[in-house]
Amino acid sequence: MSGEFIEPKVDIALANDVTAPLAIKEFRESGSGAEKVFDKNKIVLVMDHFTPNKDILSAEHVKFVREFAKKHKIKHYFEGGNVGVEHAIVPEKGIALPGDIIIGADSHTCTYGALGAFSTGVGSTDLAAAMVTGKVWFKVPSSIKFILKGKLNKWVSGKDIILYIIGLIGVDGALYNSMEFAGPVCKKLNMADRFTIANMAIEAGGKNGIFTPDEITKEYVVKRAIRKYKFYESDRDAKYLKTYEIDCSKILPQVALPFLPSNAKAVKDVKKTYIDQVVIGSCTNGRIEDLRIAASIIKKGKKVNPNVRTIVIPATPAIYSQALKEGLLKVFMDAGSVVCAPTCGPCLGGHMGILASGEKCVSTTNRNFVGRMGHIESQVFLANPAVAAASAIKGYIAMPDEIK
Amino acid sequence: MSDIILKGNVHKYGSNVNTDEIIPARYLNTTDPAVLAKYCMEDIDKDFVKNVKPGDIIVAENNFGCGSSREHAPISIKAAGVSAVIANSFARIFFRNSINIGLPILESEEAVKSIKNGDEVEINLNKGTIYNINQNKTYQSQPLPEFMRKIIKAGGLLGYIK
Repeated sequence: MSGEFIEPKVDIALANDVTAPLAIKEFRESGSGAEKVFDKNKIVLVMDHFTPNKDILSAEHVKFVREFAKKHKIKHYFEGGNVGVEHAIVPEKGIALPGDIIIGADSHTCTYGALGAFSTGVGSTDLAAAMVTGKVWFKVPSSIKFILKGKLNKWVSGKDIILYIIGLIGVDGALYNSMEFAGPVCKKLNMADRFTIANMAIEAGGKNGIFTPDEITKEYVVKRAIRKYKFYESDRDAKYLKTYEIDCSKILPQVALPFLPSNAKAVKDVKKTYIDQVVIGSCTNGRIEDLRIAASIIKKGKKVNPNVRTIVIPATPAIYSQALKEGLLKVFMDAGSVVCAPTCGPCLGGHMGILASGEKCVSTTNRNFVGRMGHIESQVFLANPAVAAASAIKGYIAMPDEIK
Repeated sequence: MSDIILKGNVHKYGSNVNTDEIIPARYLNTTDPAVLAKYCMEDIDKDFVKNVKPGDIIVAENNFGCGSSREHAPISIKAAGVSAVIANSFARIFFRNSINIGLPILESEEAVKSIKNGDEVEINLNKGTIYNINQNKTYQSQPLPEFMRKIIKAGGLLGYIK
């Protein structure tokens, strides 16, 4: 029941190179738990934020986590050649599965709700406690239901649906609540789109975002799952705090203007905005489906605008390798863009594409707060990969249809 | 449980103060509270660290601490000397993190509406009362549950479970 306090066991406790060092420090200081982790197979450590290590302090952090992982024989430790952006690689490797309870010291841990898991972000101390006990306390959230109906317009993807929803309800529109995505449109969304939607539940303040698993989920997990999983669906008589019917046929490709993800507008309604950088990647939109659509537009446009640094970051090594095989990386490079190793990098203003004062960037990432990608006077515009690619070609925020 | 009294001057902000503004990612290559304190609130108020005094209180509108799960955000606020944050509402991860590291937080729309930047305020954490010394007004917030107050008194979750 919503409002009830529960203390479930977790199937996965996840952290990255920014949050794991704090969690490990706290784990050691917790006295009782300093000796042993609750389960070496259920802790996942992904060194993705400031890697390949951007400076000495970051390298020391990764070294600290690596030594911890070795000492405790942590099975799922990702670094170097096997690292991908956490919320892309964890489901890709079949580690996060339907029916799981997952906590991660990263706010975008809500991504795995796309699989039909309960998955939410916590801080390092909660994670440290879970590394000791295998448990975490929660207040059961109320649910808000989003029924997605209608026919998707051309170029509209999961990113546009979620930006539209955040625009509708605001950055605290789902504060403390669960966001459940339902309705006929869901059946047509592939896993990449579902991951993108669940990923950004946090940008509306949501505790988690969740889809009902189906044949599409099954097809994705069946060949990846490293253990058993279970499909759950909502009770027929489930009560919702609120229900929104979203007519998706009204959604056009979106762009979220600085400095909140809720400043969403149709691209066609945005006045001509010249840009300095484009980033295509991240846990939100760095999957192979994203690279395919971006490459198809870049190929049509042949060359990116000389004023636009275009940075493409495949989210995992497998995605990188697949993009290489399909010739997508050659398309990006021939057009004058740069292809980077998998990393969160510029998304949070870490490295690999930091903005100077006054610079503007169209990015397929998830946040456009003040200073998110660099200088406090820089600006980030959030969009889908097709809009980002079109903008890279044109040099201003553009619709994919403008590339002939 | 004995009263916890917090007293200081107010630094007031608007809605959606996010973790990138509280502690920008360029400082996340450290976990040292003293270093994080030096850059607290840098991207929303570059003079904050210069102006803040031990015991001071942050007051903000809606959804304070939205964004990332970085515990570095409440750590930097606490290490900068801030004794409490009062807001209309908090982002949920920030709420958990604050309690877990022992930073008192209170929700009170009445207080947020009335308190002005620079006002001197005294909080009784057990009672949830907020007394505005400048305006001679008292506001009521829902007191934190006792276990959360115990965590705060122990300096955080780890001190509490030890």
